[in-house]
Amino acid sequence: MAKHHVTTTVNGDPVEYLCESEQTLLDCLRDELDLVGAKEGCSSGDCGACSVLLDGRLVCSCLVLGVEAEGRSVETIEGMAQGDELHPLQRKFLEHAALQCGICTPGILVAAKALLAKNPDPTETQVRYWLAGNLCRCTGYDKIVRAVMDAAAEMRGA
Amino acid sequence: MRYEKPTTVEAATALLAGQGARVLAGGTDLLVQMRSRVLSPDVLVDIKGIDATRKITKDASGYTIGAAVTGAELKEHPTLSKDWPGLVEAANLIGSTQVQGRCSLGGNLCNGSPAADSVPGMIAAGAVATIAGPKGTRTLPVEDIMLAPRKLALTAGEFIVSFKIPARPAHGGDAYLRFIPRTEMDIAVVGCGVALALDAGGTCTAARVSLGAVAARPLLVEDGAKALIGTKVDDAALAKLEAAVRAACKPIDDKRGTVEFRIDVAGTLAKRTAKIALERARKV
Repeated sequence: MAKHHVTTTVNGDPVEYLCESEQTLLDCLRDELDLVGAKEGCSSGDCGACSVLLDGRLVCSCLVLGVEAEGRSVETIEGMAQGDELHPLQRKFLEHAALQCGICTPGILVAAKALLAKNPDPTETQVRYWLAGNLCRCTGYDKIVRAVMDAAAEMRGA
Repeated sequence: MRYEKPTTVEAATALLAGQGARVLAGGTDLLVQMRSRVLSPDVLVDIKGIDATRKITKDASGYTIGAAVTGAELKEHPTLSKDWPGLVEAANLIGSTQVQGRCSLGGNLCNGSPAADSVPGMIAAGAVATIAGPKGTRTLPVEDIMLAPRKLALTAGEFIVSFKIPARPAHGGDAYLRFIPRTEMDIAVVGCGVALALDAGGTCTAARVSLGAVAARPLLVEDGAKALIGTKVDDAALAKLEAAVRAACKPIDDKRGTVEFRIDVAGTLAKRTAKIALERARKV
């Protein structure tokens, strides 16, 4: 079976790659495009480490086929900082020490960004439910939730 | 493995009639099962290229919801959550935010799990599936589609294009509750959907009660509905509902709950669900 020639947009840039039918979007980002920010945790949609936005919608890239990205728009952690300037969420994660090993962090940042785009003023409960599909085995979540709440406040200009 | 994305129902049914073909909707079950080698399809037929699987339309007779519309899209629809809040809540219990971005009513049903959350919600709402196949299109109530774990009443080449949800009755309400031992991200130990309609005086004129995870397939509990119809859904009626629901349960013991526990919880859950549906019916 010939490989699929996929034309898509990643972080605003037009890109092309070749992939097998079985390859996931996560595989394609990491192995074909060298975008290794999205991490492979569980490969079953439970941990959220591979979270990306597909046409603005938060998804696990391990549960999307690479070929399904044809003609779509993908946003990954690599598109979050603007040059050397970190996104407020990234800065607050550093300030609050909301990461240890860092494997879950790209997925949580992408997921949190999607939440704040939809709801700039979430309650702590809303943050916790939204991020329930992002597992962290180091920090215990409190610092992560505080960093998201603080970033949301800063982004609102509060 | 081949990947195909047909844009017409006819092309999809032709592909699905072949050996080893599987439907791909949101992929949140299928890709996991492929990864763990539970399934090794020869052809994946991505039905999302077919317009009818991806849209929600509303007319006087109710809603037509595409089989591959995502949980997140159901929630964002401007009126669906007002008309059928129980159905939307049930669908929104599937997985995480990320899974909601992909999971669908068609996938949740056709994955063939007795514990699927959206299925009792659909059955209570009276959802009817529109099924396309090599011989044309037919309809089947959702309660008749899943026969046993991983076994469906669909034949070779058939797939669900959309679900018809009736218009909400004038004084109608629905609800779905599930029991899990934590607050989020779990599989139902028991699930219960209730939809009911009242007359102007508050007497129940129609009801549908459905249970998940307490039998080999999701159940429509007709005796549960009978317990409510003709009553004011008072404590006596709710006690009859509880008894009817417990009598309908045929659960198994597993790590999520014992037979006795599931039967007990199902009765309590049905009463609570009916009370929420009643409250919603009274408000409209």
